[in-house]
Amino acid sequence: MIKLEHMSKYYGPYPAVLDVSFEVLKGEIVGFLGPNGAGKTTTMRVLTGYTPPTRGDAVVAGYNIVSHSLDARRHIGYLPETVPLYLDMTVTDYLKYMGSLRGMNRSWINERVPKVIDTVRLNDYRDALVGKLSKGFRQRTGIAQAILHEPDVLILDEPTIGIDPIQVVETRELISELGEDHTLLLSSHILPEVSMICRRVLVIHDGRIVADDRPNNLSERLQHSERIELTIRGAEPRAVIGEMRDLPMVVDARRDNRAESVARAERDGTLPLIVDARPNAQATEVIANKVIEQGWGLVNLTPLPLTLEEIFLELTTEEDLG
Amino acid sequence: MRFIWYIANKEVRTYFASPMAYVVSAAFLAITGFFFVASVSDAFSEASIRGFLAGAVFFMIFMSPAITMRLLAEEQKIGTLELLLTSPVREFEIVLGKFLSAFITVLAMLVLSLYFVILLFVYGIPDVGPILTGYLGLVLYAAATLAIGLFASALSPNQIVGLVVGAGLLTGLTIIDFVSDRVTGITSEILDALQLGASFSVFDLDSFGVAESGHFADFARGILSVGDVVYYLSITAVFLMLTVIALETRRWR
Repeated sequence: MIKLEHMSKYYGPYPAVLDVSFEVLKGEIVGFLGPNGAGKTTTMRVLTGYTPPTRGDAVVAGYNIVSHSLDARRHIGYLPETVPLYLDMTVTDYLKYMGSLRGMNRSWINERVPKVIDTVRLNDYRDALVGKLSKGFRQRTGIAQAILHEPDVLILDEPTIGIDPIQVVETRELISELGEDHTLLLSSHILPEVSMICRRVLVIHDGRIVADDRPNNLSERLQHSERIELTIRGAEPRAVIGEMRDLPMVVDARRDNRAESVARAERDGTLPLIVDARPNAQATEVIANKVIEQGWGLVNLTPLPLTLEEIFLELTTEEDLG
Repeated sequence: MRFIWYIANKEVRTYFASPMAYVVSAAFLAITGFFFVASVSDAFSEASIRGFLAGAVFFMIFMSPAITMRLLAEEQKIGTLELLLTSPVREFEIVLGKFLSAFITVLAMLVLSLYFVILLFVYGIPDVGPILTGYLGLVLYAAATLAIGLFASALSPNQIVGLVVGAGLLTGLTIIDFVSDRVTGITSEILDALQLGASFSVFDLDSFGVAESGHFADFARGILSVGDVVYYLSITAVFLMLTVIALETRRWR
């Protein structure tokens, strides 16, 4: 549904997004996670046809966003970070206007507007001026316009930013419901939010995708673990993994499947592993002792560079719900 | 194409739902009314709308950018432009829709001003020709000034910038004869050809509506010249195109 291929976007000489590629399949709910200024909004603006990529391609719902921009835009529902509302219109009038700009005919508009108002639970405010609504309700009005024309792809940029905690919870529930029948890309700088809603997370930092994983794997890796590369000679893989997993501070141990590790292991006849351990538990020492105690050959024991953790220091990992 | 109408329709409603349209209409009628009265209240004055035309041409220098300043600046400021540009709507449809709404608003004001003409017919025997060409000229002139105002509104999210740039461009094109008088040859001719309004001596109560130069002069005299019509239509088209380009370049920024 969404496909980015080696997309770069420069503002002047400065790259906002650099060589980003990813694909979102039909029905997926993908979180786009990164600290402020990482390139989330830029990527979304490219995907929605607001701004063209400097290099690379973006395809949404089967249409290239540059060469078949209008066709692509017809299939996208978009909620920009600053919720775009005409404050002097009523909720119903606003939605009808947005519907007409999406090329919906009158009967379709008249059928959809009450439905989406019901979906976003604004029934009591259908004739209220948008300018009189609270921030959370404005956000819902913004979501309503995004889903109005039954788009295949829904792109929401920081949909819970700046609204009060109770409304944040409600908005998240709403988004989770929407995810049931839309392909959804949602950006956020709040890790728990993404974990709650999404089944897959893309982490972007300094304009590059640095991780693409399930949210619980990410949280494990990022909040509670230190990653260690361990290479052993002369041992049975299953025994080693079992022993490692029995260590109290180890969260997980598995074979290292990265291409270069596998190649090296085949050449040297060794067993490469990745061990995730709780931080500050002297995991390397304990693992070294264990390997020696078992009489295995210790080839390599290296804590991996902490790039992801560093990125996540900039993210909001704990939520303050007031 | 229907998007042009949807956008124009929404904007016209916004005008008439806010005090803007009423305040501007009242000011327009008051100011042009003053010029009209001053031009016809002499003992042997001519029953014509020249005074009204002089006032209207003068006042539109400020009124047109005031009407258009909101149209694109506000969309940029509150972020709805991002929504428009990610809807399946083309830039020129947005621009034409916005332009049409301002044009309709000004046409409504011109219809209201027809009571000056009715007064002329009640109290005198006016010549119909100059009234018709005068109104036609005013409609064309309004289109050109609104296109310039709309272009100014596209340049910045700030409405005041739109107003000042728009009124500045219009004033410049109106008083361009100050410059063309001081140069000679082809330069002078080109500058004269660009002059937007007429150098009405708007504040000279004895010579109301005596147009010396500029593309409005002949309309006020009752002469319909193709050159003047083409001039106003060209200015309108050129500035609408510039507005479209200004919107398109926003995407690249």
